[in-house]
Amino acid sequence: MSMSRKDLILFFGFSAVVLLLPILAAPFGAAYPDLLQRFMIFGIFAIGFNILFGLTGYLSFGHAAFFGVGSYAAMWSFKLLSTNALPAIIFAVIVAGLFALAIGFVSLRRSGIYFSILTLAFAQMSYNLAYSVLTPITNGETGLRMALSDPRVLDRLFFSTPPGTPVPSLFGMSLSGWNGFFFSAALLLATFFLAMRITNSPFGMMLKGIKSNQNRMNYTGFNTRPYTLTAFVISGMLAGLAGSLLVVTDPLAGAERMRWTASGEVVLMTILGGVGTLVGPVLGAWIIKYFENIFSSFNANVLNNFYSFLPDGAREVAVTVSSKFVGEGWHLSLGLVFVLIVVFLPGGIMEGARRIGARFRRSNARPEARREQLSPTAAE
Amino acid sequence: MFEVIFLQFLNGLDKGSAYALIALGLTLVFGTLGVVNFAHGALFMLGAFCAVAFRQLITLETVTTDPEKLSPWGAPVEIREPLVQTWFGDFGAVLVNYSVIVSLLLAIPVMLFVGVAMERGLIKHFYKRPHAEQILVTFGLAIVLGELVKAIFGPNPHPQPMPDTFRGAADIGAFLGMQAGVITYPLWRLIYFLFSAAIIGAVFAFLQFTTFGMVVRAGMADRETVGLLGINIDRRFTIMFGIAATVAGMAGVMYTPLLPPNYTLGMEFLVISFVVVVVGGMGSLPGAVAAGFLLGILQSFASMTQVKAIVPGIDQIIIYLIAVVILLVRPRGLLGRRGVMEA
Repeated sequence: MSMSRKDLILFFGFSAVVLLLPILAAPFGAAYPDLLQRFMIFGIFAIGFNILFGLTGYLSFGHAAFFGVGSYAAMWSFKLLSTNALPAIIFAVIVAGLFALAIGFVSLRRSGIYFSILTLAFAQMSYNLAYSVLTPITNGETGLRMALSDPRVLDRLFFSTPPGTPVPSLFGMSLSGWNGFFFSAALLLATFFLAMRITNSPFGMMLKGIKSNQNRMNYTGFNTRPYTLTAFVISGMLAGLAGSLLVVTDPLAGAERMRWTASGEVVLMTILGGVGTLVGPVLGAWIIKYFENIFSSFNANVLNNFYSFLPDGAREVAVTVSSKFVGEGWHLSLGLVFVLIVVFLPGGIMEGARRIGARFRRSNARPEARREQLSPTAAE
Repeated sequence: MFEVIFLQFLNGLDKGSAYALIALGLTLVFGTLGVVNFAHGALFMLGAFCAVAFRQLITLETVTTDPEKLSPWGAPVEIREPLVQTWFGDFGAVLVNYSVIVSLLLAIPVMLFVGVAMERGLIKHFYKRPHAEQILVTFGLAIVLGELVKAIFGPNPHPQPMPDTFRGAADIGAFLGMQAGVITYPLWRLIYFLFSAAIIGAVFAFLQFTTFGMVVRAGMADRETVGLLGINIDRRFTIMFGIAATVAGMAGVMYTPLLPPNYTLGMEFLVISFVVVVVGGMGSLPGAVAAGFLLGILQSFASMTQVKAIVPGIDQIIIYLIAVVILLVRPRGLLGRRGVMEA
């Protein structure tokens, strides 16, 4: 199975954008490694979520649980095995995968809203347990971090451990700053490639079939559950990968990453960008993380400067009104944008771009060509 | 031992009442309009903030300084006088004291309006769209409502004092002829339970014994036929949405003395209320009420130290655990009708 020309162009275009982000993001004031790394991490998370929701239509409200489990697993690998990021990531992906297998096996026995509530219930259980009884594993509210006295068996076995607080590395190479960004970027590209192959594979077709009409799939003799379960596990593993990467960047694992608000965030990202598209979820994740970063740093001073062209009275009103939407209140803008997107543009930004593109082409094309371009409506 | 169990039972009642009231509203909305409303918890929170706003309004004060009197620190004494007290005298003082209960009068029209506006303005457009999109749009709406409240009232909780008369505890043990002082129960919790029982009773009576309620029940059973009979069922369902919002709002108002509300209150209750609805059976009103009380009481039992000693952490997960078990073995819930959302 070889990739089509279109896919190759898409993949290389995407890779170019990702790898050139340090330059491309500079005009937006976002070209620093910490933020771009988050772009990569949440891009992976959103792609993983989209493999489940976008392809099968199962809306999980508990994906943050896998993200959190990945974080904890990676941290334990740092503590017990080695400060090398590679075993940590592999371990986190495996643990998150097993966790997803268990939860998916139970939750996928129901569909629709019941599935959403089951996943939500499991995530809330994990969150509550991480805060209470599982404190020996999760270190409760304080969060889990590395310590000098950690065993780090592999490190001590083969290398002399360097003095000072341990930090994550990759075979001795530091993962702070731009190194960390390119490491995460490589994993994002790998994830994107995987998602692309899944979408185009027979397996992906099967998942799309389940989304459009599960009953019909069942009647034609397919047992759909193994397919949805596989999608669920892959999706959970990618969430675990993202969670472990976050620990690599910022070596502290806390339970608040498993809260249902975090699950809601990945849903927002995916919807905002475009459900079921390849690039959409990544775009959504970038936009949300960007505005979270930029908007939440706005304060009265910045706003005063921004509205400096207005006369005094009008400026005060403008500053008071807009201060409700930025800084602390940026979630308000996010919620409003989200509602508007769901109401008017259920396909997200990608659908918006497609509509604009179609209108643009149509105005150039002749009437005959226009008729040909009308896509056939999906038959039931 | 009996006392301990009975006390836990009572402790579960007030939380159970709140769950039952929210779940009742959720079920009403689902049963009539077929909409999965993730913003219902936000309505509970809005109700609670009606009480907060009302209290802020009536405790607006004038501050005058009396130059004759000096405080022990040498500064002039500030005399604060609530405006209502200056206007209405003693009645004003009573108003301040009973602000939580009086604010129900504010909450009812406000919530009715909010409910109807929400249904006409947004949810109306989502009847024909898939459940996933209904969840998403109401989830977004819940974020917006929560953040609006945060922008107006700030992120911190606003404690609301209960009326002086209802402070303290009721000695239920003595009332039932047992030894005095063994089973005592905070009076306001008792009132909350009685209040919610009254509301639940009123909703059921409204549906059962009025013509309007009869039409609504008919519409829940078969919307199309009722429409064909020339009845404007949509308008009645809109009103039912308003009523559901009002029920949630009133539950929120009365809950404020028990838990200082802040903008996340709605979501905390929503997640559990959904579990309650699912356990009770989607679309079943008695199921929602029964499951609300049941889960409230079970949660209270699970937080007993004796139980926690056997199964550590059970108090944190009991509700979700029950939901998982119910969904897997009896998908239509405890009292759900066969075939309603049984997928």
